[in-house]
Amino acid sequence: MKICVASGKGGTGKTTVAVSLALALDNVQYLDCDVEEPNGAIFLKPEINQKAMVEIPVPEIDEQKCNYCRKCAQLCAFNALVVLAEKTLVFPEMCHGCGGCSYICPQQAITEKKRAIGMIERGHAGDIDFIQGILNVGEPMAPPIIKKEQSLIDASRTVILDAPPGTSCPVIETVRDTDFCILVTEPTPFGLNDLRLAVETMREIKVPFAVVINQWGIGDNVVDEYCDQEGITVLMRIPWDRRIAEGYSRGEPAVAVLPQLRGNFKKLFNQIVEITDESLTCIN
Amino acid sequence: MKIAVTAKGIDLDSQVDPRFGRAAYILIVDTENFECEVLDNKDNVNAFKGAGIQAASMISDKGAEALLTGFCGPNAFETLQAAKIPVVNDVSGTVRDAVKAFKEGKYKFSDQANVDGHW
Repeated sequence: MKICVASGKGGTGKTTVAVSLALALDNVQYLDCDVEEPNGAIFLKPEINQKAMVEIPVPEIDEQKCNYCRKCAQLCAFNALVVLAEKTLVFPEMCHGCGGCSYICPQQAITEKKRAIGMIERGHAGDIDFIQGILNVGEPMAPPIIKKEQSLIDASRTVILDAPPGTSCPVIETVRDTDFCILVTEPTPFGLNDLRLAVETMREIKVPFAVVINQWGIGDNVVDEYCDQEGITVLMRIPWDRRIAEGYSRGEPAVAVLPQLRGNFKKLFNQIVEITDESLTCIN
Repeated sequence: MKIAVTAKGIDLDSQVDPRFGRAAYILIVDTENFECEVLDNKDNVNAFKGAGIQAASMISDKGAEALLTGFCGPNAFETLQAAKIPVVNDVSGTVRDAVKAFKEGKYKFSDQANVDGHW
């Protein structure tokens, strides 16, 4: 079972939920896919014992062979290549590594070289198999690192993927092959606005999802009302509690600060199992 | 000599558009007779990324021998250098006045980009 923890809005409690869920269950693999700012490690405190670079192929032009025909620049959707009268330029940080330019070049003037964009770290936090991706500072492209993390998924475990915030490519990459997505939000107009976007995204990519409302008790009832109208299940409401915030600021998971929450997260998982079983039955 | 000037409108009395890659229009002006060709830059205005690179490539294709604009980022500057097109940054006022000032030698070419990428 692969469960993704995502949110439209940043700072609603994705990591709080993902980490607490990982600690409440047995036989877990935790993937921190928020590669621009991975922070699960602050709470899980894993012992890292493997590191690997993540590289993407970028074009290199052989000036001797290039005849400035521009086929490569016309093909590239990301403007990573530009052909001037007597010069072809490559902008590696704009390249998505698709390999199209070297394939299409009639002069075979383009070869691929590797460029490191970040790394993967793996280790253990108790019996949790911990994996995190780290995108180098200034690099714009997270999906290759997320894909690399996903290639390490151990299907014999309950896999929890901590997604980046928002609804852009890195989020889609993290969510799309999972069995279920928890959307964490907060009961405020800001939380609702971004939750709507996240819900649209999940419906588009057809991943079953439900909502967890964090910091329940602050703000208003707009999120509850919205979920009611849209027929979206609210699986859990984590009450606003100063002790959780204080623990967070010290790097302590919510379930360590309030051990009684452990049972709630187990229940959350069991509900997800029921929902996904039901949807499987529907499909069958 | 033909020079490229970023512009908010389509004639010489338009204001210089301070943006290069995402300028509304780019005018290719002949400094001898002030005749100008209008390049509609709308594809680059909406480009996801690399607007400056494409705009630089476009004015190179049009045979521009210099560029007058407001702000120029690092990738655009690199492309312009490769295309051997010198850049004057921080230009403002109308396109006509900018071209006149250029002809009178009042501008100094920049030796580097004057804003960060994705500015």
